[in-house]
Amino acid sequence: MNKNIERLTNGIIKENPTFVLMLGMCPTLAVTTSAMNGLGMGLSTTVVLLVSNMVISMLRKIIPDRVRVPAFIVVVASIVTMVQFLLQGFVPALYASLGIYIPLIVVNCIILGRAESYASKNPVVPSIFDGIGMGLGFTLGLTLIGIVREILGAGQIFGKQILPLADEAAGKAGYTPITIFVLAPGAFFVLAVLVAVMNVVRAKAEAKGKPLPAAQGCLAGDCSSCEMSACTGKSTVSATEVKKVDENKASEKKAVEKKTKEKQVDEKQVEEPKATSDDNKE
Amino acid sequence: MSDLLHVSSNPHVRDKVDTQRIMLLVIISLMPATIFGIINFGPSALLLVAVSIISCVLSEYIFERIVHKKSTIKDLSAVVTGLLLALNLPPTLPWWMAALGGVFAIVVVKMLFGGLGQNFMNPALGARCFLLISFTGPMTTFVYDGVASATPLALLKAGEPVNTMSMLLGQTGGTIGETSAICLLIGAIFLILCGVIDLRIPGTYIVTFVIFITIFGGHGLDMNYIVAQLCGGGLMLGAFFMATDYVTSPITPNGKIIFGICLGVLTGLFRIFGASAEGVSYAIIFSNLLVPLIERFTIPRAFGVVKEKKGGDK
Repeated sequence: MNKNIERLTNGIIKENPTFVLMLGMCPTLAVTTSAMNGLGMGLSTTVVLLVSNMVISMLRKIIPDRVRVPAFIVVVASIVTMVQFLLQGFVPALYASLGIYIPLIVVNCIILGRAESYASKNPVVPSIFDGIGMGLGFTLGLTLIGIVREILGAGQIFGKQILPLADEAAGKAGYTPITIFVLAPGAFFVLAVLVAVMNVVRAKAEAKGKPLPAAQGCLAGDCSSCEMSACTGKSTVSATEVKKVDENKASEKKAVEKKTKEKQVDEKQVEEPKATSDDNKE
Repeated sequence: MSDLLHVSSNPHVRDKVDTQRIMLLVIISLMPATIFGIINFGPSALLLVAVSIISCVLSEYIFERIVHKKSTIKDLSAVVTGLLLALNLPPTLPWWMAALGGVFAIVVVKMLFGGLGQNFMNPALGARCFLLISFTGPMTTFVYDGVASATPLALLKAGEPVNTMSMLLGQTGGTIGETSAICLLIGAIFLILCGVIDLRIPGTYIVTFVIFITIFGGHGLDMNYIVAQLCGGGLMLGAFFMATDYVTSPITPNGKIIFGICLGVLTGLFRIFGASAEGVSYAIIFSNLLVPLIERFTIPRAFGVVKEKKGGDK
């Protein structure tokens, strides 16, 4: 039972798919225009994850290794189809606002990733808890992003006006929504800021000597197809080391300042904006 | 280290020009347009200019304090960003929007990518587009002489006649710094004479744009229409002061020409086929994103180096 709880916290906190593993970015960025959409998308994905993990774990000894990915997709696709019909039947408003992203859950990399890295190698019960944990972690991420975007972009939370809007015609002071946050660029801004906040929290916890356990590494163990995002949790440098590096840098900078004026000119020429930006581009 | 052992890589001949000096020259060259804008639009324009500059400089200072970096506000680049941002705002904009734009320009577009020299797009234009998308209403309300009116470009797009002479002088509605083509040209000539910018980018930009609107504008070689298109909107401001930003324009000579052509075509496309009358800022930030690619394909051949044949004859 302990292992099952560990699976839950692993999905929600340690390997949170949105903030740590950076998986499923497409729906994360596209549907989180409001908290309700984020919650709906997250819960639909949770249901699919739970059932698909369970079924794939049951079938893990039957599915031949060579055709496992097509087999996973067939399982996931049939579950997604059911969820899609359920949403269409019972919450048509949410179904309309999520649109194409419901059928796209089939190719959501969190689901395939969990099937590949966990459910196909572990017994049924832990797989179910793994699915619930990952799904709730995804829901948490999406809802948080949705809440921030909805507040900034419309002054609302779950459709309720919490910041009174300004009305210039009536001369009423109030909040002027920053529309960009409910548009596509806002999703990137909010996601980046939330991930940065998570990293700060993680670093602080490590500095206190209570390190949050780092993510267990890649999902599939295939680094060629990985854009290093999955390892961000792993490569977190402990805060003390960061401090040391900072101190080294500071002392280096002081040394640079002490150099003669002539050499300072040299430095400036070397650090000429164009040159450095070119280096980076390459 | 003794002087005897001082070995450094080339170049060995250096100029005294540094970032601060170049930024100062840019500020001086923007003064005619700024002063004209303040006279033209009154104290609200002055307030916006001040708020925008203060917001940019303060956010650069505070950001660098927070991340323990050496303060770079003395290089004046934040002042230039703030000034350019203010010149791109309509004079009636609430002041806090200008402040928000300044914070966005410096923190998001510039500092988060590594500060001056690392930003991938022009911070002032990035902030302008941020404000334009966020607050479309206030950002597209242009009041001139107490009357809300369409900009000359919007009139042109609607097919109505415009007074080219007043556009040249700047007695029209528009953003604070874009209206007077003459003031902008004075500043541009000053910058060119000082050697801060060269004519490749603005030259190819304007020539390409003229060719584009002659072909697709639907007016043929109507001088009145072409001059109105050139003087209207942010084209002069963009071509001379923002497209030539060192950080976000190509460094190679041929790259500059390609960059200018991109700008001209994109601006023409946005203005003639796009939904809104103006497209300079989007054209510039879009072309900014193409700069790494342009530079990659236009690396000049070093003297004496023979170009390698690509895998023989195939």
